Amino acid sequence: MTETTVSAPLAADGRIETAVQRMRRHQRLVLALRLAVLVVLIGGWEFGVRLGAIDPFFFGQPSGIVTKLIDWTENGTSIGPLWMQIWVTIYEAGAGFLIGSAMGILCGIALGRNQLLSDVFSIYIKVANSIPRVVLGSIFIVALGLGAASKIALAVVMVFFVVFANAFQGVREADKNLIANARILGASNWQMTRAVVLPSALSWILASLHVSFGFALVGAIVGEFLGAREGMGLLIATAQGSFDSNGVFAAMIVIAIVALLAEWILTVIENRLLTWRPDTTVNE
Amino acid sequence: MSAIASPSAVALKNVARRFVTPSGDVLSALEDFDLTIAPGEFMAVVGPTGCGKSTTLGLIAGLARPQGGEVTLFDAPVTGVDRRVGFVFQQDAVFPWRDVLGNVMAGPLFRGVPKDKAETEARDWITRVGLKGFEHHHPHQLSGGMRKRVALAQTFINNPQVLLMDEPFSALDVQTRELMQEELLQLWAQAKSAVLFVTHDLDEAILLADRVAVLTTRPARVKSVHTIDLPRPRDVATLRYDERFIAIARKISDDLREEVLRARAGH
Repeated sequence: MTETTVSAPLAADGRIETAVQRMRRHQRLVLALRLAVLVVLIGGWEFGVRLGAIDPFFFGQPSGIVTKLIDWTENGTSIGPLWMQIWVTIYEAGAGFLIGSAMGILCGIALGRNQLLSDVFSIYIKVANSIPRVVLGSIFIVALGLGAASKIALAVVMVFFVVFANAFQGVREADKNLIANARILGASNWQMTRAVVLPSALSWILASLHVSFGFALVGAIVGEFLGAREGMGLLIATAQGSFDSNGVFAAMIVIAIVALLAEWILTVIENRLLTWRPDTTVNE
Repeated sequence: MSAIASPSAVALKNVARRFVTPSGDVLSALEDFDLTIAPGEFMAVVGPTGCGKSTTLGLIAGLARPQGGEVTLFDAPVTGVDRRVGFVFQQDAVFPWRDVLGNVMAGPLFRGVPKDKAETEARDWITRVGLKGFEHHHPHQLSGGMRKRVALAQTFINNPQVLLMDEPFSALDVQTRELMQEELLQLWAQAKSAVLFVTHDLDEAILLADRVAVLTTRPARVKSVHTIDLPRPRDVATLRYDERFIAIARKISDDLREEVLRARAGH
């Protein structure tokens, strides 16, 4: 009897330990395979160029891209220092993102809470949403000039609809029981919006913010393509004009890093705001 | 026992509530519904599933309007959500993004009580429902029974004179349900509010209530009202084996079974 009671917990511990080990081994395997994929892709590209299978004039070359990035950071780009271009694009995308998402959240909640407003405006929003909005960039350049304002406007338009649609849906999906409970507890309309509707729409809104920062970057860069004096979009357009494919790829990498950083910041903010949610993700 | 001498906390007179279904038919949930609850009285309502028990509560709470008849609170017609009414829902209706303290404080804060006073009151209620030490837990970290305790504290802190309960313990396991019933009786004994307790569990209705109303199948009417003359305080754990309890249960259950069978035949 005593033997079994002593050995049982030991056996359980042993099992747990192997499970943890198995998980760790799996994680290491995934990491190694990911690195392998990267090495094969980049290495294949580089060797393809060296062996003459890929034309670097059209498709660039990894080592060339790295050289380009080093050159840009050390000597600046053809249109000014690299940091300046990055900053301009971040500023335009960031301002557009903030304004667009604030407008989207406000309109989404207003229309979600008010049946008449949503009945009247939903048709116009559907129409506006079906217009290819990038085309508006041309109008904005004409109307607002070559400065930051036209790019911010384009980024706002890109962001607004995504955030709006999610905020609206989030408000509509708010739990009817919670709303009834808050009303009986004594909440006024404004208190209801603040204490019940906004928190329940928050996970929807935050999900849309992840997607929409990418859209804001697209808006800013396309705006710079169409006409600008500085920014990453102009840098890409300039590289394209001088048939410098390494330059295009280098600018692309810089933009990707900016987007990943923004994504990371948004995730940190999201986790702060949604601490009340049960943990659904154990790792990653 | 004239109508003038005995004021009512809740009265429904000839109430009708009908819905229009998407296909255009009119569905009648309540017809000629009469029910009166005296101040401080514990009234339980039992009836076949889907007969319109929850609809009744919604009308008294002011969440919906009747198409006919009159609903009054302390002899004044219900025109909207009334501050004297508390409501405990069947499903979880505590705010998942607020901790226990924030949830219990919600009512007073909505009603304009200063924050520090609301917090003192809330801490007192949290202690009373046995959740001391869990003030900063979020609902998802609590068990179903504990979330129900939060809901009770959240409702009782507003000091309701009329307490509406919509099958509040139906989702709990048997042991937890018994504890919560006991707890509810204690809270009610202190609060002295009029209670309308909707349930499909006849035993629960008899254990808790002063009177039990049996509803007919849809459209719901009050079929019969039974006075439960079991002495208080009642011991929820042992009362159900008492001979008087069994006699009452047998009498009402005959009444109820008739309606359940009719409901089954009709659907």
